[in-house]
Amino acid sequence: MKSIEEINHIKNKENRRKLYKKYLRIKRRERRKAEFLKRKVVAEQGPDAWPTKPVRSIEGEREDEETAVHDAQEEEIVIEEAIDTYKEYYQKEAKPKVLLACTSRPHSRTITFLKELKRVIPNSYVKWKANAKIKQLGIAAHLRGFTDIIVINEDNKKPNSLLLTHLPEGPTAYFRLSGVKVCKELRKDPNDIMKMRPEVLLNHFTTRLGRQVSRMLGAVFHYSPNFKGRRVCTFHNQRDFIFFRNHLYQFRSEEKVGLRELGPRFTLKLMWLQEGVMEGDYEWVYKPREQETSRTRFVL
Amino acid sequence: MQNDDVTWSIINKHHCSYKIKTETQWFCRNQYNVTGLCNRKSCPLANSRYATVREKKGVIYLFIREAERVYTPHKEWMRIKLSKTFITALQQIEDNLVFWPNYFKQKCRQRLLKITQYLARMRKMKLNNTKKLVPVRRKVERRLEKREEKALIAAKLDNAIEKQLLERLKEGTYERIYNFPKQAFDVRLNEEEMEEELEEDVEELKKQQKLAIKEEEEEVEEVQDEELREELERGIVRMQRNQESDEDSDMAEYDYSDDESIDDDGDEVGDDEDEDDGEEDTEETGHVEYVADFDESEDEEQERDIEDLPESLSSASAAAASSSVHKKSKAGPSSQLVRKLDTMLRNDMDSDDDMRAQDEIKRAKYAPQKALNPGAKATFRKKLIKRKIRAIYERQKAEKEKSKVKVRR
Repeated sequence: MKSIEEINHIKNKENRRKLYKKYLRIKRRERRKAEFLKRKVVAEQGPDAWPTKPVRSIEGEREDEETAVHDAQEEEIVIEEAIDTYKEYYQKEAKPKVLLACTSRPHSRTITFLKELKRVIPNSYVKWKANAKIKQLGIAAHLRGFTDIIVINEDNKKPNSLLLTHLPEGPTAYFRLSGVKVCKELRKDPNDIMKMRPEVLLNHFTTRLGRQVSRMLGAVFHYSPNFKGRRVCTFHNQRDFIFFRNHLYQFRSEEKVGLRELGPRFTLKLMWLQEGVMEGDYEWVYKPREQETSRTRFVL
Repeated sequence: MQNDDVTWSIINKHHCSYKIKTETQWFCRNQYNVTGLCNRKSCPLANSRYATVREKKGVIYLFIREAERVYTPHKEWMRIKLSKTFITALQQIEDNLVFWPNYFKQKCRQRLLKITQYLARMRKMKLNNTKKLVPVRRKVERRLEKREEKALIAAKLDNAIEKQLLERLKEGTYERIYNFPKQAFDVRLNEEEMEEELEEDVEELKKQQKLAIKEEEEEVEEVQDEELREELERGIVRMQRNQESDEDSDMAEYDYSDDESIDDDGDEVGDDEDEDDGEEDTEETGHVEYVADFDESEDEEQERDIEDLPESLSSASAAAASSSVHKKSKAGPSSQLVRKLDTMLRNDMDSDDDMRAQDEIKRAKYAPQKALNPGAKATFRKKLIKRKIRAIYERQKAEKEKSKVKVRR
């Protein structure tokens, strides 16, 4: 049999076609033989006998980040986290109180999303921000005991970004919101989201920046969850996209869990992270031209 | 002057590049035009002596042109910066255009007013309106959308979440709440043992508590105390185990059938797995924590025993029960389970039918009640009252009709 390159070099179309068809036929035959063989071997010796082709995935080929956190107990990290603005929360002294707001003249879609967020996050309050500035909001809210502010921005009748600030002088994170699905679109009843404090899962935050972001997101929920409520809120980071899901779980056995999704869904992508409430240095900014040159390099 | 007239006659009738004709009016696009209209008086090309007010980058200037300077376009316009205060600016215009025709002074003043107004508005808007219009980078948006989709597929969220939860279970964060057996088959044997032990234990408990109280009063420390305490603890732990088994069965029987998304293995013997393994708990003694939802088990065998339970247990259980979200009374686990397993072991088809019949009876008796509203009793009373009132009203109505009828006759 001729190789495909040789076949391609034949100028005569008729001859070329014939040879190509023959080539395809032979290829198909060989593939079927291989499958047959594989099935036979697997049936005799079990699935491990046949070597599987290595699967290439972006996660597998991800470039090592300098700032990747390998050991959470590393001195540097421990010290840093003992001093940063979330230390009171993580030492279980400060209970979070969250202020939810959206920009002026919101569309009904944003409003329903806000209301569902209020149900998801325990101890949260929805207030209309109108044209107030976030810095001023921050000062006023801090006086009233709020620890975090979440502002949802709207564009073209859809919520399109989420700003998370920690008061009094906490970091500000600006996320791009996408894939927002409200309870109604998921055919779920928002009243199913019970008031019990949920558990929080923060998956796959590997770098230092990711660790910071995950701390921010986790600190919005109360630190001691109500296990009886069996509610989980997950922030799952995959390729710099943070997927949020809200589930009710039930253990069927030691190896099986049943999940029921309730409540809204959305994905976040970090756009910038700033020290201070809307002021201060930018710790990290999303720059597509510089950062998206490689498919296997991620930041969170 | 001659030039002006000539220019005007040409521009007016023929072509002027600054001229814009609309249905009602003619406009002039020239930057230096005071009014913006195409008139003999306000045309900058046709008036060699001209004055305007213009602003650049928020600074307002008065521009003056004299007939002598028309032929040196570079030095044509004399520029005078006007004061930021409106009144002083007015005065400045007056001073610079002292002997000019009133037309120009008036128009310049009007223009100054308009400009200051719109500048002030711009500044106010900047202060208030914090929204910044940002252009949408089409390619970036497209890329991000695609990448999000692919990331979602790669994430396999449900699997990841389940994995994490199971890890947490293994680590022991849910230590007190869930108990899973190592082998489901031992359950039945343990169950029987436990039931027997329970009955014994409860009687013992009663005795022991009385004794304990007496001994406390007497304040006599004897060797018996320790033994009693141990036995008490053991008994209480067994109580707790039973409660937990109840609670687990509650969970197992909770109606998740409506939810299609949960992985369901179908009704299988898997329910047994939620039962206790007595072996695991014997290690934990002394620590009494009423964590599980305790619903009164409907099992006839155990009913008697539970009524006899010490008051402390019952009060704690009541508190736990009131706080539970799923208020459903369910049949006790052990009896059902035991019977299921019995039938399995015996492989007896007749007993299966019996069991089914018994099950149906039980279900009818102890069917899961609808969750009552907290104000259910009150509303029910109201309904009763309403019914009574209605009955009285109708009686009166009937009487009235009778009386009416009589009168007619």
